Amino acid sequence: MSIILDHVSHIYGSDTAMAVKALDDISLVIPDGQFIGLIGHTGSGKSTLVQHLNGLLKADSGHIYFNGQDIDDEGYNKKELRSKVGLVFQYPEHQLFEEDVFKDVCFGPRNLGLPRKEVELRAYAALKQVGLPDDCFYQSPFDLSGGQKRRAAIAGVLAMKPEVLILDEPTAGLDPRGREEILGQIEKLRRERGITVILVSHSMDDVAEYVERILVMNKGKLLYDGEPREVFSHYRELEEVGLAAPQVTYIMHKLKEKGVDVDTDAITIPEAADAILRALS
Amino acid sequence: MEIVKTDKLVFEYIRRDEDGNVEGINRAVDEVTLGIRQGDFVAILGHNGSGKSTLAKHINALLFPTEGTVWVDGRDTKEEDEIWNIRRSAGMVFQNPDNQIIGQVVEEDVGFGPENMGVPTAEIWERVKESLKAVGMYEFRKYSPNKLSGGQKQRVSIAGVLAMHPKCIVLDEPTAMLDPNGRREVIRAVRALNDVENVTVILITHYMEEIIHADKVFVMDGGRIAMEGTPREIFSQVERLKELRLEAPQATLLAYELQQRGIPLPDGILSIEELVEEILRYRRSLGGKE
Repeated sequence: MSIILDHVSHIYGSDTAMAVKALDDISLVIPDGQFIGLIGHTGSGKSTLVQHLNGLLKADSGHIYFNGQDIDDEGYNKKELRSKVGLVFQYPEHQLFEEDVFKDVCFGPRNLGLPRKEVELRAYAALKQVGLPDDCFYQSPFDLSGGQKRRAAIAGVLAMKPEVLILDEPTAGLDPRGREEILGQIEKLRRERGITVILVSHSMDDVAEYVERILVMNKGKLLYDGEPREVFSHYRELEEVGLAAPQVTYIMHKLKEKGVDVDTDAITIPEAADAILRALS
Repeated sequence: MEIVKTDKLVFEYIRRDEDGNVEGINRAVDEVTLGIRQGDFVAILGHNGSGKSTLAKHINALLFPTEGTVWVDGRDTKEEDEIWNIRRSAGMVFQNPDNQIIGQVVEEDVGFGPENMGVPTAEIWERVKESLKAVGMYEFRKYSPNKLSGGQKQRVSIAGVLAMHPKCIVLDEPTAMLDPNGRREVIRAVRALNDVENVTVILITHYMEEIIHADKVFVMDGGRIAMEGTPREIFSQVERLKELRLEAPQATLLAYELQQRGIPLPDGILSIEELVEEILRYRRSLGGKE
């Protein structure tokens, strides 16, 4: 089972003189259980793309298949799609609203019409999965710290038991440890529950560390689609489209320029250390 | 001369329940005493909830001390008559560019501050021009702000503060919402302000690479100053930073990893260039070929 995009295009304001092609003929396959990084400068079409995956936006042309079915077919259950493809927006803590954290997380599954017991079990499990301590459960979500609020909001989506989890900049504004904790929990979820994760991020260092495949968007088109080391080897082209490579990539290329015979594929610190030690021995 | 000075600054938030009864008191800033010299580039680091933003808001007289004193350009922020002078000396830029721009046209937005201060019209235009030039946004002066990228919007926000001719600018995570290019643009503009215009910069950030050129770094934890020093002094303490939920720049972390594996590199490497230089030096010491 998977998500398939077949020549998907989306135009904003198509009936006006200001029409903008936000997605331009995108075709790709997202198999189950993959950890994908989606990068691109502001306005490159990332958010438009992910909003198609759970049917919030409708393609102007092309088709999107989820688990084999065209999501734009008449009679297709969009509500179910949205529970299967969970989308965590940027700064999701702004959407917390209930009087305590537990009720807030119950909101989604309750709307699915599940029995109360099931709703509460799911909420409990989701809060555990994001690593929120028990004594937070009955606090007002507004009394939590920034990182805790973010986790409570992610738990709200997880309680829907999605098969695909899309996170739009889940670590923006968090301190380094907070970033590591959230991404670590997400990686663990993927390993243990086999869900597909799509991470939209501006942090190349985070992307390099966690994902197994990177999609690079530019002007509504898919510029690169490949393994992180392969994509980051195009670091000069990435800079031209407003992006960058991880710091480590720059270090390795500089060393190579200066005549140290290192493997420039390294993108994380342990890989870089290995490569440098090999080159020096 | 010190542009910002605090003496045993304490700030407490009072938490109340639904009926307005006091539930507890949170001490967000706890006896902070510090001085920032005119013209310095100062960074404030600290995990979420460590008290950085609360401290920063005192410099702009958005918050007032529960105990202790804050002086900005020699003025006590508790003096009500001085508030507008203080806000003129110390401008502030926040995280979200969309919440700070009010004008329909870029140059109008930048002129808003000096206009409110009663600056004569001809001088307003002069200030708008020089401020937009200082952040590299002059060619966009006739644009509508909603046509700009995040990094461009942040630079317009900075120009808006600059047009008020502040001695000091406080930036609270100005790059948190930006893409890599936007982040580069903003940091370049902020460094130019400091180098060329000699404006004191106080930068709060979670991105360590942005502050390796700072003159001084303060690290906050639990409302107190936990560490204080040059970037080199701070970032050479990799383990201590981890305890404080922070990290060092990637180049420093890689140097640290190499040290752990037996390569004798010096402590406190900050930039990519320094790391490459030190690795080459080490290789030469092995008698390897150049």
